Amino acid sequence: MNFQLTSDGRLRHLLTLDGLPRATLTQILDTAESFMDVGEREVKKVPLLRGKAIFNLFFEPSTRTRTTFEIAAKRLSADVVNLNIATSSQSKGEAILDTVDNLSAMHADMFIVRHSQSGAAHFIARHVAPHITVVNAGDGRHAHPTQGLLDMFTIRRYKGAFHNLTVAIVGDLLHSRVARSQIHALTTLGVPEVRVIGPKTLLPAGVEQMGVKVFHDMETGLRDCDVVIMLRLQNERMRGALLPSAQEYFKFFGLTPEKLARAKPDAIVMHPGPMNRGVEIDSEVADGPQSVILPQVTYGIAVRMAVMAMLAGGTAA
Amino acid sequence: MTASLPDANALIESLAAAIAPAFDPDTLIVGIHTGGVWVAERLHALLRARHPVGQLDISFYRDDFSRIGLHPQVKPSSLPVDLEGRAILLVDDVLYTGRTIRAAMNELFDYGRPALIRLAVLIDRGSRELPIRPDYAGAALDVPAHQNIHLSRLDDGHLTLTIA
Repeated sequence: MNFQLTSDGRLRHLLTLDGLPRATLTQILDTAESFMDVGEREVKKVPLLRGKAIFNLFFEPSTRTRTTFEIAAKRLSADVVNLNIATSSQSKGEAILDTVDNLSAMHADMFIVRHSQSGAAHFIARHVAPHITVVNAGDGRHAHPTQGLLDMFTIRRYKGAFHNLTVAIVGDLLHSRVARSQIHALTTLGVPEVRVIGPKTLLPAGVEQMGVKVFHDMETGLRDCDVVIMLRLQNERMRGALLPSAQEYFKFFGLTPEKLARAKPDAIVMHPGPMNRGVEIDSEVADGPQSVILPQVTYGIAVRMAVMAMLAGGTAA
Repeated sequence: MTASLPDANALIESLAAAIAPAFDPDTLIVGIHTGGVWVAERLHALLRARHPVGQLDISFYRDDFSRIGLHPQVKPSSLPVDLEGRAILLVDDVLYTGRTIRAAMNELFDYGRPALIRLAVLIDRGSRELPIRPDYAGAALDVPAHQNIHLSRLDDGHLTLTIA
């Protein structure tokens, strides 16, 4: 029994991609596809979530994720309130659940939660009233499901299918909630070969158990890949001396045109952002013809619209 | 039961004959998914309309969304030309409560301001809940509330009506 799903299999909260069935992931991607044209219309809105109140609860700073959630909610005609709690009542010592209770008393319908602690969104989802839904917008090192979904949407748009792909995820997997969500989604959607590439110090122990092949050098790891996903080197999360220096890292694991040439000629390059140019990715690649980094951002809006629409619909029954 | 229903193809031909006298070929014919699109495609051929058929999936505009949620297979809407100032012929297979037509008109206006919208339906089964009437109807049928009329398309493109 999955806490994220209702007894009849409908999405109740979106907290992690771990354990979500392939049919649910595919349904989200298909729904996102149908939202793609809303941004092209004269009126860039559909009335689905009219009258719903969505609270962006960001206990950790974020620009892109918060903004795309906000645009997605507004395109669905919801009312959006942004709270940067790092700078408000948390600094006055208010407990998370008190914050949530207060916002629930303001008739919230949905919480979008970003927190530096793994499990924060789960914690809130277990606490809220039955009509309130929760979306995890990134919790600690645990999960970032909407990022994982928009990455799958991007791959499907460029490659058409999942069953014949080799996908490499490169860099700091140890601190990456994005990578965990990507691996769950890729394996659930039937990608036959998922590779992870990084120095031993930045790969989590036991990562093989997630069904991936482990490589410690780019030359062999990138060979014949269809999709190359670069991860941000999480400088702000570094504890102690896991790496000698950023320059040293770039030399071995930074994606340059030469290293990318190992992958298939039509391979796409992805990055969840924000990029550290010259650390994990060369500008020539980031701005090059194989880069789909900016389309990822655009697709993120349609994917977040799909998730919010699927969560908010049918809750009055 | 199917024996009592009219032939869909004959209905489309009489519908086209009724529309034809006042039809401007610059009109955009827009079908509502799924059955309405099939009827729209046939009307398009019979009326020799200039622009390709537009398609609407009104799932994002339904008034029962908060009760029943999103339809699992939403198809993208596609309108091939600008609606601003244009005549629209909106086409559906069965007209019942009128709520689908209301949702479709709301969606059309999010693409632009049409000069006028006419409504053509294959079957008008009555029991309207909104002040909406068809400009053209292939047939009017009295169908009990517990039954539904379905338009389906066979592999050879042939359209048939069934009641269940």
